Amino acid sequence: MENDRWLLPEGIEELLPPRAAQLEATLRRLLDQFNSWGYELVMPPFIEYLESLLIGTSNDLDLHTFKLTDQLTGRLMGVRSDMTPQVARIDAHLLKREEPTRLCYMGTTLNTVPKTHGGSRTPMQVGAELYGHAGVESDIEVLRLMVATLQLAGLNRITLDLGHVGIFRGLAAAAGLSPQLEAELFEALQRKSKPDIAELLADAALAEPYDSIFARLAELHGDESVLESAATLLAGAGEAVAGALENLRQIAVAIRGIEGLEVHFDLAELRGYHYHSGVVFSAFVAEEGQAIAQGGRYDDIGRVFGRARPATGFSTDLRKVLSLVAATTPEVRGIFVPCGDEAALVCAMQTLRQAGERVIQALPGQVGGASEMGCDRELQRLNGTWQPVTVNK
Amino acid sequence: MSKSLTIALSKGRIFKETLPLLAHAGIVPRDDPETSRKLILDTNIDDVKLVIIRASDVPTYVEYGAADIGVAGKDVLLEHGGEGLYEPLDLNIARCRLMVAGPVGQPEPAGRMKIATKFVNSTRRYYAGLGKQVEIIKLYGSMELAPLVGLADRIVDLVDTGNTLRANGLEPLEHIVDVSSRLVVNKASMKMKHVRVKAFIAQIAEAVAQRQPR
Repeated sequence: MENDRWLLPEGIEELLPPRAAQLEATLRRLLDQFNSWGYELVMPPFIEYLESLLIGTSNDLDLHTFKLTDQLTGRLMGVRSDMTPQVARIDAHLLKREEPTRLCYMGTTLNTVPKTHGGSRTPMQVGAELYGHAGVESDIEVLRLMVATLQLAGLNRITLDLGHVGIFRGLAAAAGLSPQLEAELFEALQRKSKPDIAELLADAALAEPYDSIFARLAELHGDESVLESAATLLAGAGEAVAGALENLRQIAVAIRGIEGLEVHFDLAELRGYHYHSGVVFSAFVAEEGQAIAQGGRYDDIGRVFGRARPATGFSTDLRKVLSLVAATTPEVRGIFVPCGDEAALVCAMQTLRQAGERVIQALPGQVGGASEMGCDRELQRLNGTWQPVTVNK
Repeated sequence: MSKSLTIALSKGRIFKETLPLLAHAGIVPRDDPETSRKLILDTNIDDVKLVIIRASDVPTYVEYGAADIGVAGKDVLLEHGGEGLYEPLDLNIARCRLMVAGPVGQPEPAGRMKIATKFVNSTRRYYAGLGKQVEIIKLYGSMELAPLVGLADRIVDLVDTGNTLRANGLEPLEHIVDVSSRLVVNKASMKMKHVRVKAFIAQIAEAVAQRQPR
């Protein structure tokens, strides 16, 4: 026990130089980019009452949330494991604007268990949400912003996966599935398990066209041509389904030109089914076997805070993203200053620091000189004034 | 972007029965895992590799994306929890049944039964479904021994012919689920390499369909 005091809990990470600086620099650039798209920064609390953290979401979030009892009120508090409900609360209850509201956020979240196999329990969540507009235009904006975010962070070749929960939901309603069959089909579809789907359908004896639609839904994924085959297969499946398809078609056209982007359509993608209400999307890169950013439409989530608002947004784990980007080797840059506190020296250091230089003063008896301390120059007294001089390696 | 394919298989029965299916898809390994010590096998196609791992590790490899595709028994998938993977195809190979077995003629004891198994999650789900509270004892092998030495009242295990059970004075009692091997696919690979992966699945499906009417 004595010897493993340094040990961190599983899935809890820290960032050391130079990675920490790289993350911070990326964070700043991302904030600037969000700002340039008109997204305002909000900083929700790290901890709040559980009821408001868990709104409109699946049980998953409940299981993922660390809980503790508030000593002041006896109520249960949760440490956020997802910031999206917090931002929705801010939009619905605090800002109460009539105009479209664009918000962005970044912060550490905490999960009881990693959301992905072997993943971190403290993701650095970065995301953006657009409230107050129900059309496909806001979905497209958010999608473009997600791609821009990942590209700015250094991921240039992205595969985007697009789906729409309205397709399965519309089909389930039109076919009049019982809640139990809907849940079972949903579960089998998530695994694209054709044998399990076939078994369920054999027992259910659904009317056509729904029997053959559900049998083929799991195969409806691939490039843009899938939308055409879907249009044929899903013709006559009702207005809701047709609307969802049309939605996807418009998005497909809108994002066609983005460089470095491959688009995959998956009409049976049901991630976040209980939470999302429209288009859903995730981003993949070749180096990683799991999605690195996710988003979609989730209208009406604000209802529990007294105000239903259309909403669409995305989020990503910046730690994960940066782990896929090559580490930047920091430039050796700085001025090493000898010991001493004579006025001229202190003044010279201050001037240099104000000019944006990195200035490190030697401590008496210290080990290492300018280059060991990561400096490329040294402050020397020349002709009575202190001047930086390049250090020879 | 690399569109290579890595296929995870386990040694033994699954490997042997998967080979003809792979051959139908035009994939032939260059080495035999029974004689070679290599864990990554090259095939006749340069960018298709086979990785040979333990059966119970296949879902983990595929879920992480360490392999694009794998072959895993339904028993292993039920234990692992299947949400993280796609399992588009039943290969109809390595068929057997997950069953409850116990000493011949011994009635079910009253109170909380002790069940020895390596399929902890499936066993818990099965008995919970029956409304029975049981004590589960996780073992890694030789399940049949547990009732004989009083470690457990029943076992939950895969049953093929039932010969091992009979040889140890046990009999199959309740059928939990039919097991066969499934083709599993990493979710990201299905999306990023969809052309190649879909073509592969279609070829394997064709091979399975051809074998069916025996």
